[in-house]
Amino acid sequence: MSIEWYIVLSSLLFATGAVGILIRRSPIVILLCLELMLNAGNLALIAFSRMVGNEEGQVFALVVMVVAACEVVVGLGLIVAIFRRRLPLDVDALRELRG
Amino acid sequence: MEEVLFFGAALGALGGAVGVVAMRNPFYGVLALIVHLFSLAVLFLLLSSAFLAAAQVVVYAGAVMVLYVFVVAYVGGAEESAWEPIPGQRFLAPLLGLALFVELAIAVLGSSLLALGTEGPEVEAGFGDPAAIGTLLLEKFLIAFEASSILLLLAAVGAVVLAGRRDGDVPPAGGAPR
Repeated sequence: MSIEWYIVLSSLLFATGAVGILIRRSPIVILLCLELMLNAGNLALIAFSRMVGNEEGQVFALVVMVVAACEVVVGLGLIVAIFRRRLPLDVDALRELRG
Repeated sequence: MEEVLFFGAALGALGGAVGVVAMRNPFYGVLALIVHLFSLAVLFLLLSSAFLAAAQVVVYAGAVMVLYVFVVAYVGGAEESAWEPIPGQRFLAPLLGLALFVELAIAVLGSSLLALGTEGPEVEAGFGDPAAIGTLLLEKFLIAFEASSILLLLAAVGAVVLAGRRDGDVPPAGGAPR
């Protein structure tokens, strides 16, 4: 398989994640869609690393995984804190910080 | 054989992604994301990055998804209401997504990277195995390695601070305080 296929698949997955972020309102699902976008980026990084023929792109993908894990931990902590205060889990209803 | 694996894994990844976006119950969304992550691990193997595929399955599909499942079970998989704050959002968003995909595809395929149409150069057997990644991490990318460890520590502390109990909490209805 040529590298193009992987890149096109990665852009398709990225666009799917972006659509999810636009149309969903539950913060948990928005975090899941963020994962989709980060993983699409990972696939592109690894495909380009294979295209060039050295492993540095794979190290980048590993760092992206670390960042994604941190983002999940902080995001889920926020969701638990919101839930503890009995606030609605809906990004359109949570508008207290809006100026 | 490679084509069969690629298209199978691509279908799995795409189906999982569409499932995440379309499932109304967040719990099924998490399960769809696990399918997506396993398919991506197969793609990583096809791109001869064995260590990343293993990390994907162990760290992502294992640990991170368990965290998601726990939080969804704690919060309760409430289904979203059909109320739409911005009229036409559900129809406009897929159009914008399609435009984004077309734009990305044009940007990649229209670039003058000649190697895009190839399968990449021949690599030796040790390409992308843990030894190679570890050598790179500890020699060339040592600062990134240390920075990511500090980031992980900060995230762990931040999660404990964020999710800890405090005065504004409302006790669960009808339950004894835990």
